[in-house]
Amino acid sequence: MRRLLVLGAGTAGTMVVNKLRRRLNRDQWRITVVEERDRHFYQPGFLFLPFRRYAPKQVSKPTERLLDDSVELIRGQIWQVDAAHDRVVLSDGCELPYDYLVIATGVRPRPDQTPGMLDGGQWRRSIFDFYTYDGAVALAPALDRFDGGRLVVHITDMPIKCPVAPLEFAFLADDFLRRRGLRDRVDLTYATPLPGAFTKPIAAARLGSMLDERKIAVEPDFLVERVDGHKLVSYDEREIPFDLLVTVPLNVGAEFVARSGLGDELNLVPVDRHTLLATGYDNIFALGDANDIPTSKAGSVAHFAAEVFTANFVEHAAGRPMTGSFDGHANCFVESGHGKGLLIDFNYDTEPLPGTYPVPGLGPFRLLRETAVNHWGKLAFRWMYWHLLLPGRPVPLPAHMSMAGKNRPEE
Amino acid sequence: MPVTTIDGHRIHVDEEGFLTSYDEWSPELAERLAAQIGVTLTDAHWKALTFLRQDYARQGETATLRRVSTQGGIPVKELFTLFPKKPAKKMAYIAGLPKPHGCV
Ligand SMILES: Cc1cc2nc3c(=O)[nH]c(=O)nc-3n(C[C@H](O)[C@H](O)[C@H](O)COP(=O)(O)OP(=O)(O)OC[C@H]3O[C@@H](n4cnc5c(N)ncnc54)[C@H](O)[C@@H]3O)c2cc1C
Repeated sequence: MRRLLVLGAGTAGTMVVNKLRRRLNRDQWRITVVEERDRHFYQPGFLFLPFRRYAPKQVSKPTERLLDDSVELIRGQIWQVDAAHDRVVLSDGCELPYDYLVIATGVRPRPDQTPGMLDGGQWRRSIFDFYTYDGAVALAPALDRFDGGRLVVHITDMPIKCPVAPLEFAFLADDFLRRRGLRDRVDLTYATPLPGAFTKPIAAARLGSMLDERKIAVEPDFLVERVDGHKLVSYDEREIPFDLLVTVPLNVGAEFVARSGLGDELNLVPVDRHTLLATGYDNIFALGDANDIPTSKAGSVAHFAAEVFTANFVEHAAGRPMTGSFDGHANCFVESGHGKGLLIDFNYDTEPLPGTYPVPGLGPFRLLRETAVNHWGKLAFRWMYWHLLLPGRPVPLPAHMSMAGKNRPEE
Repeated sequence: MPVTTIDGHRIHVDEEGFLTSYDEWSPELAERLAAQIGVTLTDAHWKALTFLRQDYARQGETATLRRVSTQGGIPVKELFTLFPKKPAKKMAYIAGLPKPHGCV
């Protein structure tokens, strides 16, 4: 029996084991996945929990139910990968040998990495994150109580998963406060280490003007050094006071990645950006947020990459060259409040451009434009996630980005 | 790709003036580039620039501030003192490397 071991049953891990289970002969392959949690979270739903648009029970399911019956699930915490001996060690000492390893343990927010954030006495009192289930749930009553003052939405450092999520949070907060008649009593600030709302110029201009329209002040190039009581302090000594801080802490890969000597300074696994094979190894891949590819950390990227990876893996395991090449394709709905949203679609080489998706000229989705259909697309995605993406069913969206339907604005 | 001339040397740069050819850089050029953005190079600056050049040669990408601090051993705070306001950008500019991605 050949043995494929997958670490993490999040978005990437679940899709990959379910897809490969169909492609790899059951008599020849044993597929095992290791996961420390017993529930799988639909993380895009965390955005809506603070505003009570989703109920907590809508964003999670038992992990076990999402995996094909013939995939072996081991509940446990990964301690270390011993790549020299092709085995993984769990915290309880259990050892799991493998022929092929897929690291899909994602990234997680680490408020402990910024002095004063977790340990300053304000965590979950006036400082919240919505990148974890607990954080998003705890923020709901804090927003209910908030009746004016300084609300700061903040990104600690890049990269983060779903880089548009903090912007969406700011747009939804603006909408939420308007509905409650509180908007005039609130100073809303968006503090980012980037020079503007987004990295790529066309989307940055569009999203930046959406912040302006909503009178959300932007504090660019703001790299936080520490949190001092009710103030964010940057390395260049700027200070941003807050009454309520919604921060995205530093996003870091799993500790075991560092412990195993497989990670960079953020515990991300360096990989070949087209095949996702870990640099220096022939039998270790890193999928989803856990790797260092230069595109967004997003479920959509995990999905498109998994399509390419699955076909490649079958070739690789048969001793043939991998013929697929991942292009960095990402697409993200950007919820903008007032029942509307945008869509962005891009890859390693092409920045988000205006146009239509997925059918050129028809859409129904509009790229870089606020429409109600885009908002419905975002909401429909939850159903797609549970019923099509995670089970690894074919989704009628090409893995590679297409230029059809896109137009480049004149300089 | 635009070409510009500094001290009689022709160098290739991008629209923002970042060098696009690793080999066209020299320490003398770095002094000139630094002067253009108001930075006077000291040993402490050189430690950062040297790390950046060497790391780029290995990684093929310009190091982030976090990388310079964890792998290069220079605290982020110090980088802000050495290259005020936009250290990542300024260091890359003087070291003759592409502008850091800032990641997507
Ligand atoms: C608020 C928010 C909004 C988002 N919105 C969108 C969106 O609109 N569109 C989009 O495409 N993406 C979105 N994302 C991003 C998306 O959720 C992630 O990119 C995606 O989940 C990445 O999948 P992954 O498998 O790499 O990591 P994850 O899904 O995070 O899975 C990692 C798994 O590994 C497990 N694990 C980690 N370490 C260990 C260990 N040591 N031992 C055992 N198990 C371990 C974890 O428990 C987890 O189950 C959003 C994310 C957030 C937080």
